[in-house]
Amino acid sequence: MTDQSATMAVVKAYILEEFLPGEDPALLTPTTPMVSTGILDSLAMLKLVAFLEREFDIPIKAHEADEEHLNTLEAICELVASKRSLVR
Amino acid sequence: MKLHQYLLDAAHDWPERVAIQELDGSFVTYGELDARSDRLGDRLISLGVRPGDRVGFWLHKSIDSVVTLFAILKAGAAYVPIDPTGPAARNNYILADCKVAAIVLEKRFEPVLEAHDAEGWHPTILAVDEAGDASQAHAALARNFKAGASLAASAEGTDDLAFILYTSGSTGRPKGVQLTHGNAISFVEWCAKTFSLTSSDRFSSHAPFHFDLSVFDIFSSVKHGGTLVIIGEEVGKQPYELAELIADQKITVWYSAPSSLSLMAQFGKLDSRDYSSLRLVLFAGEVFPINHLKLLTTYWPHPRYFNLYGPTETNVCTSYEVRTPIPAEQMEPVPIGKVCSHLEGILLQADGAEAGKGEEGELCICGPAVTRGYWNLPEQSQRSFVEMRGKNYYRTGDIVREEADGNLRYLGRKDRMIKKRGFRVELGEIEVCLYRHPSIREAAVVALADDAVGMRVHAHVVSKEGKALSLIDMKTFCSEHIPIYMIPDRFSFHSSLPKTSTDKIDYQTLRIWSGS
Repeated sequence: MTDQSATMAVVKAYILEEFLPGEDPALLTPTTPMVSTGILDSLAMLKLVAFLEREFDIPIKAHEADEEHLNTLEAICELVASKRSLVR
Repeated sequence: MKLHQYLLDAAHDWPERVAIQELDGSFVTYGELDARSDRLGDRLISLGVRPGDRVGFWLHKSIDSVVTLFAILKAGAAYVPIDPTGPAARNNYILADCKVAAIVLEKRFEPVLEAHDAEGWHPTILAVDEAGDASQAHAALARNFKAGASLAASAEGTDDLAFILYTSGSTGRPKGVQLTHGNAISFVEWCAKTFSLTSSDRFSSHAPFHFDLSVFDIFSSVKHGGTLVIIGEEVGKQPYELAELIADQKITVWYSAPSSLSLMAQFGKLDSRDYSSLRLVLFAGEVFPINHLKLLTTYWPHPRYFNLYGPTETNVCTSYEVRTPIPAEQMEPVPIGKVCSHLEGILLQADGAEAGKGEEGELCICGPAVTRGYWNLPEQSQRSFVEMRGKNYYRTGDIVREEADGNLRYLGRKDRMIKKRGFRVELGEIEVCLYRHPSIREAAVVALADDAVGMRVHAHVVSKEGKALSLIDMKTFCSEHIPIYMIPDRFSFHSSLPKTSTDKIDYQTLRIWSGS
């Protein structure tokens, strides 16, 4: 498993458990919009950022906790990857 | 007098003062705001906009959207702000409902615009590259526009329509609240007296322009020659960023729904910055959870706090200044206060009699700030008013009680409207949306108070195949028909919904199912 796909699996599992209980995992694809559809509201975004910071040991800036960076699994993984490359 | 007179006066008195500022540092002075809105107003007139017309603007919050709003007023038309984050279907409905003569919109919204109908309604479309993308949009708005004196002619007529704000409608369609220049001016003048606003104030513009809180932000700031700091839609939802910009931008007058302040108190790290500039914190639109208000006033002990109450139809109609520090033992939310001095209020009981002191009643308001009614909905408009002692009172639908000290306390609604993040939400509109889904047989929604975010909406659904539907599908479908703040937070699926003896949905039982 590549870094990217491992990240996606972890984030996807978290989102399914926290915000989409009972959802068919196959329906949450890398490009499913989550912020613009209300799946992730303001509080959920704060929780998700706290999770990402803890899980991947990365700092996320306040202005990055927005729709652009958190709307899809793909965008979240890109955010995590960009932060990890800075940490390394 | 008309609303844009405030701008003409400010441009005359303080042409070099900064009128509007964006967070990236770009700004316009009063002189520039006046000149740009003159040019765009001339352009609208040359495109056929006439006094009495409605003109929509579908732009994200920016200097350009303020220029556009004043240009529309100067052209003698009423502005209709469109939610740039709202679903296209709803936005197109609003534009068609009030048959706008013209639409100013960002080019990116052109593909989703459906501006025509069977009755031959064909508005003029004025597309700009991107509002807020300063150089491009300013150029687009200014291009080929001649400066002219044609705008001075529209100075009379406080009874003319100034804007239409669409709010949630229980029938599933948003309804347009009509507000005149006189309505807004009477409110702005009351604010001037009550809050002692000055030209050195820096006003937050947190509310979107389709939300009635923006009337205070824009016109109070311009009336006093202050600076309006535009907070974009995206930043507006982020507590840490909001908290940071209040300090960095040295905001002196903040106005928002309590939910934004609640989130800032909890997640904004308010103890880490200097907030000495902030002198006035106004909130309206929903009940402020008292614990969060206590927390906020602990971090910010020095500003004056006002709880402002009022539906879009009256703008603010009661106010209460919160005494700080709030006693630790106080567990009840703060009252909504007393009826504002420019208005009159009565409390009506269900039988139509006036409520006495200490009795519950529906708050009804009359006076110069009260709407004439809803656009194109004469029956609904008529039902919203009651005549008492020869005066027409607007029925707010809010049940209140006058306490011994004369302050009014909000007790609840007499219908199914709630407030979420300060926005009005008719639960019926959400149900109509859900019934449009091809897999849903029955749907009913209830709202429950939530300590963290104020209100949570829970949808109870029976699917046609009797099984649970995808939450992703439900939320995505809703996002295509209703604004994001109306999308239910929770969905539950059942084999049937509880019914009363008359076969109506039993909402009481549903609330119990929801954990009330």
